[in-house]
Amino acid sequence: MNETVEDGAVSGLVAVRGVDKVFKRGSEEIHVLGGLDLDIPEGEFLALMGPSGSGKSTLLNLIGGLDRPSQGTIEVADERIDNLSNRKLAAWRARHIGLVFQFYNLMPVLSARRNVELPLLLTHLSRSERRKRAEIALDIVGLSHRMSHFPRTLSGGEQQRVGIARAIVTDPTLLLCDEPTGDLDRTSSGEILDLLQALNREQGKTIVMVTHDMHAAERASRTLFLDKGRLSLEPSV
Amino acid sequence: MAGPFNWLAQILSIAVFNLRTLPQRVGSSLTAIFGIAGVVAVMVGVLSIAQGIMRTMERSASPENVVVLRSGANSEMMSILMGDDVRFVSEAPGVAREDGDALASPELYVIIDRVKKGSGTDANVPLRGITPPALEVHKDFRILEGRMFEWGLNEVVVGVGARGEFEGLEVGDVIEVARENWPVVGVFDANGGIAEAEIWVDAAVLQPAYQRGNSFQSVYARLESPDAFQAFKDALTSDPRLNVKAMREADYYAEQSGTLYTLITTLGTLIAVIMGLGAVFGALNTMYTAVASRAREIATLRALGFHSGPVVVSVLLESVLLALLGGVIGALLAWWAFDGFSAATLNWSSFSQLTFAFDVSFALLVNGIVFALIIGLVGGLFPALRAARMPIANALREQ
Repeated sequence: MNETVEDGAVSGLVAVRGVDKVFKRGSEEIHVLGGLDLDIPEGEFLALMGPSGSGKSTLLNLIGGLDRPSQGTIEVADERIDNLSNRKLAAWRARHIGLVFQFYNLMPVLSARRNVELPLLLTHLSRSERRKRAEIALDIVGLSHRMSHFPRTLSGGEQQRVGIARAIVTDPTLLLCDEPTGDLDRTSSGEILDLLQALNREQGKTIVMVTHDMHAAERASRTLFLDKGRLSLEPSV
Repeated sequence: MAGPFNWLAQILSIAVFNLRTLPQRVGSSLTAIFGIAGVVAVMVGVLSIAQGIMRTMERSASPENVVVLRSGANSEMMSILMGDDVRFVSEAPGVAREDGDALASPELYVIIDRVKKGSGTDANVPLRGITPPALEVHKDFRILEGRMFEWGLNEVVVGVGARGEFEGLEVGDVIEVARENWPVVGVFDANGGIAEAEIWVDAAVLQPAYQRGNSFQSVYARLESPDAFQAFKDALTSDPRLNVKAMREADYYAEQSGTLYTLITTLGTLIAVIMGLGAVFGALNTMYTAVASRAREIATLRALGFHSGPVVVSVLLESVLLALLGGVIGALLAWWAFDGFSAATLNWSSFSQLTFAFDVSFALLVNGIVFALIIGLVGGLFPALRAARMPIANALREQ
């Protein structure tokens, strides 16, 4: 059972159609996603849940253009991305996708501001404009006082805020968060979820969040469950 | 313009990250740097031997000078010229004259045993019998210490190279030649030329000592000008009384050193290539380690939208930079250790010792550094491609 029809959501920002994803391990084929359909309207905060190995992160990677489906099509903002060349896909990601990772994936040798500036190096903005935008993004996540700090001097929660600032600095079409609170304590998790919720509600950001945490999923406007490569509105028993 | 600019900005950004993480990989980076430095030092060192020999030969030659040998002889050792031959050569057109006397020096060339200072083993040292015109023909000859031998006496002067390499050749020492004692009365230099490896005596006293009668082995002559060579040569080769060949001094020395030069250059290149292969593996290991340790960072950059091309170029840049450092260190090491270092080796053409100084020329240093850069490029290429081809989704999960 796939989500599109049952949920009644209209076609929107993201349209996943008949997507299969098969991984090969030696001669063995592992079917992670099978004939999956999904629509995500603009401005939605969608939580994807499911057991480990259910294909949540794989789906997120496919929507973010980090991987390609074995079969099926994926459209984001009316642009089909499953058949783009690697070069075009990279440019597309830079333009449309903001990524938030479980382990933050910050560059340890760069300050918070420099980390946030990274995606802007792919634009034609001047140095001063890049700096200004990075500072605004850090201000949004409440870290304007920690701009010159390096990741190792920041707490986990602060590092994830820097990660979110980096994800939003280019004003992407879609924010993809893979277990954004998976490495954080309850307090920090709450702060990060507050921040994501605020970005969704106040700035209209479309967010897709993969999580194991039911409390985190409750912050989303919609939660879908993925199991054995199929989406559903309820967790499988 | 935006495209290339964007691409360069990406390369620069990733290269800067890479370089800033070097302190985290100082061990493997230093291994690569010093591995490459060793290769370059050995390569430059070995090739500087060949360079030094060639330079010694070049310094020995004067553009106006010619060497005359018996036709068919490849070296003075194999040649013989009788008194009449010498006279006919001296009278040939184009030979320079001073106060009516031809500047043609008939010379005798024999080999004596001396003990090498370094190894304590016997080695062949050339003993050259000269005649008075030799001092005008070999213009670079200069007494450094002591005095010139007296014509007609059993006295010798020793080349500065021979004195440095062999025992018992100081002024005041006495050497035994043909069962006779010959005191060393002076030391000479010859502008770094091959003559510095020789011992010189009066040919007139050497001939009876070796029972050579009125024979010589070569005639060194100074021509009026380098342009006079062809006429001089034609006159000798067309004279039915003579069976000789004439060569410019430069050509003769080039021929004399050719075998040795080729041998050392080939050997040096072979050693460099073999060691270079080792260094390539060192660089490969370093860069694979570098790429592996930054797999997640590289994947993150690519996930953010950085292209694979700049990732490849930036990894290559790091590899080439490490190689450049290694190359420069190796080149400086070779220059410091080898340049001007005096040594002697067997000249395969004359079967006698040839003294020379290692010559670490600028061109050799550049070649060494270029070789290092090639090692860096080859060593960095596969890790760079690996970095660019890693599946982003998998690499993002690397710890």
